[in-house]
Amino acid sequence: MSRIKQDHSRFRDIVRGKVRDNLKQYISNGELMGKQGGKAVKIPLPQIDLPRFRFSSNEQGGVGQGQGQPGDSLGSNQGQPGEEPGQGEAGQNDGEKALEVEVSIDELAEILGEALALPKIEPKGGATVVSQKDKYTSIRSVGPDSLKHFKRTYKQALRRSIAMGQFNPKNPVVLPIKDDMRYRSWSTSEQPQSNAVVIYMMDVSGSMGEAQKEIVRIESFWINAWLKSQYKGIETRYIIHDASAKEVDEHTFFHTRESGGTMISSAYKLAWEMIQQDYPPSDWNIYPFHFSDGDNWSTEDTKECLDLLNDHIIPASNQFSYGQVESHYGSGQFLRDLKKNFNLEDADCTLVCSEIKDKSGIIDSIKEFLGAGR
Amino acid sequence: MIEYLHVKALPKELADWRDQIEEIAADEGLDFFKTIFEVVSYDKMNEIAAYDGFPTRYPHWRFGMAYEQLAKSYAYGLSKIYELVINTDPCYAYLLEGNELVDQKLVMAHVYGHCDFFKNNFWFSQTDRKMLDTLANNASRIRRYMDLYGYGAVEQFIDVCLSLDNLIDFHRPYRPTERQQALKPQSDLPDELIGAGMELPRLKAKEYMDEFVNTDSYLDEQRSRADQAKKEQARHPASPERDVLYFLMENANLTRWQRNVLEIIRAEAYYFAPQRMTKIMNEGWACFWHTHIMTQRGILDQSEVIDYADRHSGTVAPHKGRINPYRLGLELFKDIFERWNKGKFGRAYYECDRLAQKENWDTGAMQGKQKIFDVRRHHNDLTFLDEFLTPEFCAKQQLFTFENNPRARQWQIASTEFKEVKSKMLSQLTNMGQPIIEVYDANFNGGELLLTHQFEGVALDDTYTKPTLKNLYAIWKRPVHLFTYRKEKGREDAKSILISYNGSSHEEKPFDLE
Repeated sequence: MSRIKQDHSRFRDIVRGKVRDNLKQYISNGELMGKQGGKAVKIPLPQIDLPRFRFSSNEQGGVGQGQGQPGDSLGSNQGQPGEEPGQGEAGQNDGEKALEVEVSIDELAEILGEALALPKIEPKGGATVVSQKDKYTSIRSVGPDSLKHFKRTYKQALRRSIAMGQFNPKNPVVLPIKDDMRYRSWSTSEQPQSNAVVIYMMDVSGSMGEAQKEIVRIESFWINAWLKSQYKGIETRYIIHDASAKEVDEHTFFHTRESGGTMISSAYKLAWEMIQQDYPPSDWNIYPFHFSDGDNWSTEDTKECLDLLNDHIIPASNQFSYGQVESHYGSGQFLRDLKKNFNLEDADCTLVCSEIKDKSGIIDSIKEFLGAGR
Repeated sequence: MIEYLHVKALPKELADWRDQIEEIAADEGLDFFKTIFEVVSYDKMNEIAAYDGFPTRYPHWRFGMAYEQLAKSYAYGLSKIYELVINTDPCYAYLLEGNELVDQKLVMAHVYGHCDFFKNNFWFSQTDRKMLDTLANNASRIRRYMDLYGYGAVEQFIDVCLSLDNLIDFHRPYRPTERQQALKPQSDLPDELIGAGMELPRLKAKEYMDEFVNTDSYLDEQRSRADQAKKEQARHPASPERDVLYFLMENANLTRWQRNVLEIIRAEAYYFAPQRMTKIMNEGWACFWHTHIMTQRGILDQSEVIDYADRHSGTVAPHKGRINPYRLGLELFKDIFERWNKGKFGRAYYECDRLAQKENWDTGAMQGKQKIFDVRRHHNDLTFLDEFLTPEFCAKQQLFTFENNPRARQWQIASTEFKEVKSKMLSQLTNMGQPIIEVYDANFNGGELLLTHQFEGVALDDTYTKPTLKNLYAIWKRPVHLFTYRKEKGREDAKSILISYNGSSHEEKPFDLE
């Protein structure tokens, strides 16, 4: 191993927290999340910043170059130190860094897959769910007169006569012969029918705050990116619930703020109805995800949830994922109930649970959810 | 040394261009050490760059961190290193394999500028030109310590030293005192045989005899005598010491290997300091000469003009949020060149108050070339800007200062006034943008260490100050104090405070030096 590889793996070990716990406090993580609509994505560059006596950057300001009048803005100061313009000449302010890169969602998923060593998923029922579709977009040299393509025919004739030296610009007569004839024709395209569905369920009861929803948002973005790279077409459905559940669109899912009690079974019931109606489990790869702070209304309701999961949803799904976000109010009881009633250690168990403490736990949680390759 | 790099010999085509460029550079009056070009792959380039341009450094995670950043930004197509040159004799410069010919020519012309600067600029005069060997020796010494005392222990101590490595006196190498010479590392005999007494007077002995001649009892006696002497002296050091690392090396209670590691970190900090002190000049000088050699001396082929212009403008493009040293240096050298060619200097010029006459001033002095060579010999960035930044230049380059506006949560342009811009620039270059911190008294409260921060209006960053004090404590092993100032929110005046760390907790209280 070359020397730099040794230093590099030492650095990675420190960042992963395997060694040198006392350095961990200086690690700053670049954000993993890009702008959801746009293409720019930040690739994290973890940095360990050794403490030094240095000037406070907010007081310092600096010198820049370009057009502008006093009072013109140079950008927000709310960003991380690395993004601020105040990188004075002498190289102070080595703060957190992140690279901004333009990448497509596919590349993103690939990066994610590589970074987390995610296994490829073996879809079920894939082959049968391809539909064929014919479209008149092609051209052939034989066919019925009713489908004759005049423009292409005369173009071909013109090309031929020029090539043979027969074309006279002063007397531009073009006569198609049999070989020049062109007819419209169809081409068959295989349309992979979307055969995977992701059902996101989120607890929006009073105890789920903005920070918790942000975690759900980032996590589901990445899960979507990964599943999209694995299936040709993918459908996503969103369910929010407090004491009752309802289906919503994506925007509402991420932005709604409700309050009230929590009946998790309502969401599971709705999800099961959805599956029965629209996604026969024999043909569909079904991925329900449920995010909650683990605070359920009553033990009877929890019992109902467990029955629903055990009898219906889990057998129908490729994998059922439960993510528990830590919040100030949530008791986290639901996760304990799941653990009591399912043998999560069993390799055949398709229920996956994950606890997400804060933003930095997202990566580990994604890995737990998608690491099995189901 | 170089075999280790697995570098490729310079291909014939490049070698021919190198000869040609070298000849032109010498003809223009550039004076450089022998320069050896190596072509390396991008991966190797990233590795060498992570090691600050040297093939062998001591094992440390921070090189791995630098490597990851370089490799990632290369992999995602965000940046690549075109060129790397180190200040040694002979000079080694690395070219990136697979670059276009025009890039390689540009880099070679650029490198000769740097080499000339390394050799002739005063601020580099005290650097170790055999640094390749020195760094490799340091590396093997530290590897040996890691074998002896454990990887973790040594690494942790290096981290502590690095966290203080900006506390050196950047002007020390240029002062003619016997103390400026770095301490020679001592033998590696285990400390328990010798004790930590490096500063104690010792009897002369060969290294292998040392432990028998300078016995523990002899050293203990010397130590108690020295302690006695120290107590008698009221304040130690007698005058504030800016080379904090040197002071710690001499006075802190360290084991021998720790002292040597500290010395290595300190020496390397001193070696790299001039490059930071002359960044603007050094890059400006190199850009000035690559421009000249490429475009005026026929190195650039017509077919390459567009690519060259693209590369060059990418390098010297102005940045809004900070100063681009390449651009500032290049433009300033060009400005000096032109001013001294036209005789725009001296009393008559400065006292002329008619703008039009000043604008069209041309005495045909033609001293530009000689002047820029003089400038590159004597100045560093601070004096360079102090002397040659003019109001005209400042306006032409559209320089401005910016400030944090907390209410608007934005960085805003504060002023385009020459005075403001210049004073901001100079203050940022003073002491290389580092706070000036000195050892004031190591006998504070009886054996506690007191550092003072020379306050110039900008307070220290609190989130960094406290952990740094902790690291200082790790070396001093007695309570440590920092005297500094703090600005209250919304108030202009600063109050003086003392931040302390006593081994378990931080404390802060109002304080005044007597």
